[in-house]
Amino acid sequence: MSSLTKPKSEFTNPKPSNRQAMPKQPPKERGHNFNEVALGYNIDLAQAEADRCLQCPKPTCREGCPVEIDIPTFIRLVKEGNLDEAIRIIREKNNLPAITGRVCPVENQCESHCVLCKAGKPIAIGALERFVANHDNKKELRKVVVDKNGKVRKIVAVVGSGPASLTVAGDLSKFGYDVTVFEALHEAGGVLLYGIPEFRLPKSIVRDEVEYVKSLGVKIETNVLVGRTVTIDELFSMGFEAIFIGAGAGTPYFLNLPGENLNGVYSANEFLTRTNMMKAYKFPEYDTPIKIGKKVAVIGGGNVAMDSARTALRLGADEVTIIYRRSRDELPARREEVENAEEEGIRFLFLTSPTRFLGNEKGWVKGVECIKMQLGEPDESGRRRPIPVKESEFLIDADVVIIAIGQRPNPLITQATPGLKADSQGILKIDENLKTSRDRVWAGGDITSGEATVINAMGMGKKAAKLIHKFLSENQAHAI
Amino acid sequence: MFNITEKKLLASNIKLIKVYAPLISKKNKPGQFVVLRIDESGERIPLTIVDSDPKEGLITLIFQEAGKTTAKLGQLKEGDVIHDILGPLGNPSEIKTYGQVVIIGGGVGTAVAYPEAKALKTVGNRVITIIGARNKDLLILEDEMKTLSDEFYITTDDGSKGHHGFVTDVLKKLIEEKRKIDLVVAIGPTVMMRAIAGITRPYNIKTLVSLNPIMIDGTGMCGGCRVTVGNSTKFVCVDGPEFDGHLVDFDQLLTRQRIYLDDEIKALKLYEKDIGEKRGCQA
Ligand SMILES: Cc1cc2nc3c(=O)[nH]c(=O)nc-3n(C[C@H](O)[C@H](O)[C@H](O)COP(=O)(O)OP(=O)(O)OC[C@H]3O[C@@H](n4cnc5c(N)ncnc54)[C@H](O)[C@@H]3O)c2cc1C
Ligand SMILES: Cc1cc2nc3c(=O)[nH]c(=O)nc-3n(C[C@H](O)[C@H](O)[C@H](O)COP(=O)(O)OP(=O)(O)OC[C@H]3O[C@@H](n4cnc5c(N)ncnc54)[C@H](O)[C@@H]3O)c2cc1C
Ligand code: SF4
Ligand code: SF4
Ligand code: FES
Repeated sequence: MSSLTKPKSEFTNPKPSNRQAMPKQPPKERGHNFNEVALGYNIDLAQAEADRCLQCPKPTCREGCPVEIDIPTFIRLVKEGNLDEAIRIIREKNNLPAITGRVCPVENQCESHCVLCKAGKPIAIGALERFVANHDNKKELRKVVVDKNGKVRKIVAVVGSGPASLTVAGDLSKFGYDVTVFEALHEAGGVLLYGIPEFRLPKSIVRDEVEYVKSLGVKIETNVLVGRTVTIDELFSMGFEAIFIGAGAGTPYFLNLPGENLNGVYSANEFLTRTNMMKAYKFPEYDTPIKIGKKVAVIGGGNVAMDSARTALRLGADEVTIIYRRSRDELPARREEVENAEEEGIRFLFLTSPTRFLGNEKGWVKGVECIKMQLGEPDESGRRRPIPVKESEFLIDADVVIIAIGQRPNPLITQATPGLKADSQGILKIDENLKTSRDRVWAGGDITSGEATVINAMGMGKKAAKLIHKFLSENQAHAI
Repeated sequence: MFNITEKKLLASNIKLIKVYAPLISKKNKPGQFVVLRIDESGERIPLTIVDSDPKEGLITLIFQEAGKTTAKLGQLKEGDVIHDILGPLGNPSEIKTYGQVVIIGGGVGTAVAYPEAKALKTVGNRVITIIGARNKDLLILEDEMKTLSDEFYITTDDGSKGHHGFVTDVLKKLIEEKRKIDLVVAIGPTVMMRAIAGITRPYNIKTLVSLNPIMIDGTGMCGGCRVTVGNSTKFVCVDGPEFDGHLVDFDQLLTRQRIYLDDEIKALKLYEKDIGEKRGCQA
C-alpha cells in the first residue's frame, strides 16, 4: 500500500502522521501469563491519536461500522478530554464497546474506510474505542436511557447470549420492551465468554458489559437450553410476543481422520472452553482439568487456531505448531493475531495437511502424519485450492492436538421447532428482514451467517431490534 | 435457585438428593440427564434424572462418590443450593412394547436403569431385572426394582446376597435356557456393558447401553463426549446417551474416560485434605 501513498501535503490538515502504536506486554513475558496482551492507550496516547483525525465532513469511517457509531464525534470528544460525553456517543449505538474495541477486525471494518487508510495510517479507531470504554468501566458512569413510561410492554424472548443476542436484547429494552434472554450455559456472553481467550478479551470485561445490558432492564436466564428445557412453541404459549434466535455456530467440525478420538485430541471449542469458561489454567483451585501438552499441534488457520495455539503456549507447552493447508497469505486469521502469535514463538507449518493421528499403546496421541500441499486453481472462495503432493507424507511429534477447522450451528433448536427451516449445515434461513420461516421468529449472528464476527452479529442484532420493534408496534398481540 | 430439598444415604457411598428444578421436572423423560455445577469454581458433571415430580418441581438424582465433584456434592445438605443445573439433556429412551425385556443395572447404574425399567413396564413389557453390586451394602433401589419387575435377580461379587458372581452370569443362564428375550438394556460400569454386549452379540439380541463419557457442556458444543459407534463418531450428549451396544467401541470409551485420571486423583486428595476426611478413591 505504501508505494501508492500520496504525498502528505495533499491532506488539508498538517496533522502528525504517526499512528500511535498499541502498547503491549513483551512477547517473552506474555507467553507465560493469561493477562491481556494489549495494554491500552493512556490519555496522552489517546489524545495524540485523536488529534490525527481529520474530522471529515463526510466521514467514510462510519460506513465501515455495522452499528454506525458516530466515530468522528467521539474522537473529537477524546481530543477535548470529554470522555463522559464520548462514551455516551458510543453507547448510543453500541452496547458493548469494551468488547468491540478489542476484537473487531478493524482492518476490514471502520479503519479500512478511514480516508487516512490511503496513506497507510488510518486512525486507530478500535484502540480509541477501547480506551473510552475502559474509562467508562472505571468510573461507572453508565446512564440508563430507558424510557418505559406509559407504554404497553410486550415481552420478547431472546435465545442465546452472544453479541447478537445481547445487542437485540439491549436495544429492545431501550425501546421499552420487557426482554428475557435464555442461555444454555451457566453464564452469559457466548463465544466472548467461552471462546475468545482471557489474554485478548478479559472475562471481567465481558461480565461488565453483560451487567450493562442487564442495567438496561434485560433479564438473563442461564441454564436454559431452548429446544430441551423449553421449546420455541412453549415460549410462545408462555406469552412471549416475538422471539429472536442468536444461538451462534457452536458445534465443532472434526476432520474424520483415523486416530481423531485418541486421548489428547481436542476440538478447539473444548480446549478453549476448559481454559476460558472453566478456568482449567487455575486447576486445582478450579475443578476442571486440562491436558497440558509438551508438543502441541493445532490444525487450522483462523482466529480460533491462533487463540488455541497461544492458549496452549500459556498453559505451559514447550512447542506449539500451527498446521495450515494453504500459505501464510491465505491465513484467514486477523493479521495482528498472526503477528502476535509469531512474536510469541508459535511455529507455522504452511502448505501442510494432516492425514492421520498416531497413538501410543495407552491410547494417547503421540504424533500427526502430515502431507505437503501445493496451491492449484482458485476455488469458489477465490483462494487457490490446496492439492496434496504425492508421497510427501511426514511425521511430527505431538502429545496434544487441537482441531480448529470451524464450527456450524447446533441443530437442536431446528430439530425441536416444527417449521423452522435451515440448510444442510444447520444455518437458519432468513429473509432480508431477518425473519425466519416461522411467524414472529427472527434470527441473526453466526446461526444465520456461519462463523463470522462479533460486530457482524451485533449489526444484525441492531437491525433485528428495529424490525421487531416495527412489527410489534404495528401488530396485535399474539393470539395464544 | 436449585435447592436441595431432601437427601438420603442409599449405600455406603451412594446418595440420593431431590432438587428443586421446576422447568426440568416438567420436561424430563426416562433416559435423560442433567449437567450440574456445584459452585463458582466447580466442574460440570452429568447425572441421570432418576425421577421427577412436576407438581412439586423436583427432580431426583442418585450419585456415587467417585471423585472430587461427587464427593463435594455428597457434602451438601438439605437446604443447600446447587449453583447450576442444565437439562433435561440427551434423547429420551425409546419406550415401546418389545415383549420380554431384560434390564441390567450394575452398581449406581441401577439408578440410571430404574426410570427406563419403570417406563418399559408401564407400556406393557414383561420385565426381567438383574441388579448387581460388589457386595450387599452397595445394592440400591432393590425394593423399587423388585416391585416393578415380573422376574427379579440380585448378584453380588462376594456372594453376600443373591447369586454369587456377576450380572452377566444370570443373563447367560437366561439365554442358555432359551428364554425369549426381545431386548436387553444394560446400564452400569463400562466394562460390564462391554461384557453384556459381548454375550448378546452372537445371539443377535438387541442390546441398548447408556454411555457415560466425560462431558462438559452437554449440548453438543465441545465434542469431549465423543465415542465411535459403528463407523462414525457420535457426541453422546446429543446423539445418545443410549446406543446399540453391539456397535459401541467400548475400549475407546474406557480409554477416553481415563484422560484426566491423574488430575482427578490429585484433586480428590487435596479436597480430602481440605475437609479433613479420609475417603478412599473409587478409581
Ligand atoms: C476462538 C474464537 C475467536 C474469535 N475471535 C474473534 C475476533 O477476534 N473478532 C471477531 O469479530 N470475531 C471473533 N470470533 C467470532 C465471533 O466470536 C462470533 O462470530 C460471534 O461471537 C457470534 O455471535 P453470536 O451472537 O451469533 O453467537 P455466539 O457468540 O456463538 O453465542 C451464542 C450463544 O447461544 C447459546 N446457545 C446455543 N444454543 C442454545 C440453545 N438451544 N438455547 C439457549 N442458548 C443457546 C450458546 O451457549 C452461546 O452462549 C471468534 C470466535 C471464536 C470461536
Ligand atoms: C449421561 C451420564 C449420566 C450419568 N449418570 C450418573 C448417575 O446417575 N449417577 C452417578 O453416580 N454417575 C453418573 N454418571 C457418571 C458421573 O458423571 C461421574 O461419576 C462423575 O462425573 C464423576 O465426577 P467426579 O469429579 O466426582 O469424579 P472424577 O474425579 O471425575 O472421577 C473419579 C473416578 O471416576 C471415573 N470417572 C470419571 N468420570 C466418569 C464417568 N463419566 N463414568 C464413569 N467413571 C467416571 C474416573 O475415571 C475416576 O476414576 C453419568 C455420566 C453420564 C455421561
Ligand atoms: S464497533 Fe468495531 S467497526 Fe464499529 S467503530 Fe468500533 S471497532 Fe470500528
Ligand atoms: S475517516 Fe478517518 S480521519 Fe476521517 S473522520 Fe473518520 S476516522 Fe477521522
Ligand atoms: S459434552 Fe460437549 S459435546 Fe457432548
